[in-house]
Order: sequence, then structure tokens, then C-alpha cells
Amino acid sequence: MSATGIAVAMLQVVLTIAAAPLLVGMMRLVRARLEGRVGAPIRQPWRDLRKLLRKERMVSANTGWVFSIAPLVLLASAALVAGIVPFLSTRSALDQVGDLFAVVYLLLLGTVFLSLAGLDAGTAFGGMGASREMTIAAIAEPTVLVAIFALSVSTGSSNLGAIVAATLAHPSTAASPESLLAFAALAVVTIAETGRIPVDNPATHLELTMIHEAMILEYSGPDLAMVELAAHLRLVVFLGLLANLFVPWGIATTVQPLHLAAAAAAVAIKLVALAATIAAIEVFIAKVRLFRVPELLAASFVLAFLAVTASFFLA
Amino acid sequence: MNDTAFVQLLDIAAGLVLVTSFAALWLRRLVAVARVIAVQGVALAAVAFVIGLYEHENELVAVSLMVGALRGVVLPGLILRAVRAGDERREVESLINVPAALLAASGLTLIAYAATRDVVALSSTPQVRALPLGVAVMLIGMLLIVTRRKAVLQIMGVLMLDNGIALVMFLGTSGVPLAVELGIASDVLLAMFILQVLTSRIRNKFGGTDLDQLRELRD
Repeated sequence: MSATGIAVAMLQVVLTIAAAPLLVGMMRLVRARLEGRVGAPIRQPWRDLRKLLRKERMVSANTGWVFSIAPLVLLASAALVAGIVPFLSTRSALDQVGDLFAVVYLLLLGTVFLSLAGLDAGTAFGGMGASREMTIAAIAEPTVLVAIFALSVSTGSSNLGAIVAATLAHPSTAASPESLLAFAALAVVTIAETGRIPVDNPATHLELTMIHEAMILEYSGPDLAMVELAAHLRLVVFLGLLANLFVPWGIATTVQPLHLAAAAAAVAIKLVALAATIAAIEVFIAKVRLFRVPELLAASFVLAFLAVTASFFLA
Repeated sequence: MNDTAFVQLLDIAAGLVLVTSFAALWLRRLVAVARVIAVQGVALAAVAFVIGLYEHENELVAVSLMVGALRGVVLPGLILRAVRAGDERREVESLINVPAALLAASGLTLIAYAATRDVVALSSTPQVRALPLGVAVMLIGMLLIVTRRKAVLQIMGVLMLDNGIALVMFLGTSGVPLAVELGIASDVLLAMFILQVLTSRIRNKFGGTDLDQLRELRD
């Protein structure tokens, strides 16, 4: 683990935290414009976070320690993953120690703690949201594992940086059936895990079908700011994974400052394009019934499974 | 066309045939399933087209165009007509739920890979390596026939089964003579006509095509 590698990892974490709320703001703006509204400016999520951070911390007397540490665990795990995932360079220091399994289980750790916090307060909504989140996570997490695993079969390594570097070295593998199938599977899971339409609606409060908002109903002030920031970070992490695993061009293979700057610009363009596409599609589709969500996720699991079989038998 | 491009195009087209058969299990509306079967027919034709171009066999290219017209347009068109004739556009009554059907189909795909291992070992061409996909499509077609109640969907299952057989044929033999292919095509077309007539007669007589209700004798 070299000093420059650590610097790259730190840079990634800082840049991701700075950019995540802006990306969410841009998605909201795209949606608003397409729906004929003026919409809030792009920096609105940052303003919301700043406002929440200034407020007093209110905690229900009936909650335990899980409720207090859940936002910290959620934010810390999301920030750590933001350092592991190869956004800027394939030679990030954290990437050497953390691989595909570490990423998936760090993300799952945050999900589990948020669900426990939802249960901890003992409200009806919190429990409902937690049970729904677990239903989705139980199918979505294996799909992420299997989909990325399909890519790692041809590379021979479960290290994300190595997978990206291998795709860079052999550009034709980006259009192979296994990576197309894995891309489709991971795209569906990204939408489910980040709570977007058609699985969850990020814009609603107090609706009987919501998932994420139901769990965080009891949070306020700085705690809510941490949960929100972590949710934004997770969105960027998933979109970044999607962008860089399948379209890795532009990522730096060295740690030179100039290459890193170019890589940051490339990943920003990819993220903005991907996020704008998702936001635009969301305008045109409705949320599916909650009971149909497992069907959607089962389909994405099957796609990931087919990707693995294809990379084993066809390649 | 160079080797890498050929392998990728072939794998993508053959993979699309398999993915559409999963989509047919996943979708609920009859019209949507019929359209997916049409896409499957086009993907099947694409497989033959790619092989024909790569091996410079003009006859296979001609066959592929005919297969595309028949399985991509004519047969799905017949099914769509049968669907629209009845008032049962919103299906789908299945004996097993959708996630279970998808998992069963994944299992069948693995069985197809396992069962064709010896055949694949005989040759290392990309066509033969993709052969298990055809067997998997056949098995999933059978699954569709077994688990669905409506006669129209069972016809679609038969068509999918036949698409799988055709895929195995193209991949295994690099195309059969035009005369044989014409014979097969007319057979399938005739079978589709007969099944469609049968379905409409069942509907006229009993008011629906739910085959489970036809099992018991009534006065």
C-alpha cells in the first residue's frame, strides 16, 4: 500500500462526498424540467444537508444504541466503499485490500444497520420499511455478487481494479454476452438498491408503499443529514460501478495528477449521463406494485446467473 | 468479418434467443409474450445470418431471411390474431409463480449445459460451444407448455420449443439444405394453423381456453 495509493483513495472519498448531493440535485432538476416544473437548483441537496446539520439532535426516549450508531455506520461504510471502487484510478490503495466481496458486504452492512434502526424506534412505519428493505436486499445483494462475478471469471480476479484494467486491455470483452447480461442485471439492482422508481419513490413521504423513507422516519437533524448523505453516496457508488465496470475508458492506470484529473472529468461525464438517463426514464414509468418487485429482482438475478454461465461455458 | 467479431455476434444473437425465452416466462400480458416470441424468431434468424456470412454460404443467408420472415413476423402475427380474437388479453394464470418459473428455467439451463457437455467436447468451434443455448430454449419451451393453462400460451410454448430445435440445427450443422428447411417451415406453419383453428373452436364451444377446465367430464 503506497502513499500515493492512499492519497488517491482519500481523493476519491472527498470528491465523491462533494459530488454526490450535486448529482442527486441534477437528477431532481432533470425530472422537474421534463415534468414542466422549474425545479430547485442543483445545489439544493447540499443546502438541505447544511440546514439539517445546524438543527438540534432529537432522539426518541425509547430507542437504543443501534438507533444512535446506525447513521454513522451507514455513512462510514458508504464512504469506505467510495474509496474502494475504482473511480479515478485502477491503483487506489484501498482497492488492493478490498475486492468485490468487501464492497458488497460493506454496502449490506449499511443496509442492515438502517433496517435495525427502523425497527429500533418501534413505530409501525419503521418496521414495515425494514421488512421491505430486507425483502429487496435478500434478492438484490446476491445479484450484485453474481453479476460482478461473471466479469471476474474471465479476469481471474475478484479485485475490481483488476477487472477494470482487464476490460481496458481487451476492449472487445465489453460487448460480450456475459458483460451485456451482467450490465442489465446490475442496472436493475442499482435502481432497486438506490430506491428509485419503479421500486421505490425517492420523492415521497408518508406513503404506504415507501421503503427507504419509512425506515428513516424517526431521524432528525444531523442524524438525518448523515442518512441522507449516505443515501446520495450509495447512489453515486452504484452508478460509478455500473459506469466503470462496463465502460472503463478514461480511468487512469497510473497515479499521476494529470491522469487523475482527466479520469475525474471522464467519470463525471459518465455519471452525469447515466444519472440524467435514469431521471429521464423515471418520468415515463410508474412505480410497480410492491408484490411485483421480487419478480423484477428475480429476473435480474436470472440475468446475472445467465451471465455467469455464459462466461463459464461460452468464453 | 474477423473471428472475434463473429464469435461475439454469434454469442449475442444466440444469447438473445435464450434471454427472450426467459422474458416470455417473466411477462404477464399475452400480447407482450407474443411480441417477445417474435423477437426470438428474429434473433434466431440473426444466428443463421451471421453463420451464413462468416462461412460465405449464400444459401444459409437466404434461409435466414426466410426464417426471419416466418418466425419473426408470420407465426407471431398468427398468435397475436388468436390473442386478440379472445377477450383474455390480460393473462397470466400459471401453475407456478413467476420467480419460481424463472428459477426453474435457470435450473433447466444448467441441465442443458450439463447434458450437452459430451457434444460440446467433440468440437471447439464457437457454434458448437453455443449449442447448449438451443437445448435450454427447448427445455424452457416445454416448461412454458407444462405450467401455463391457456391454450394460446401453450401454442407459444410449442413455437419456442421449435425455435430451440431450429437453433440447435443451425449451430450444430451450419444449416441444412434449403429443401429440408422449406419442409420444416411449412410443417411449423401448418401446425400453427391447426392449433389456431383448434383454439378458436375450443373458445367457441366452451367460452375460454383454460385447459384445466376441460379435464373433467360434465353433462
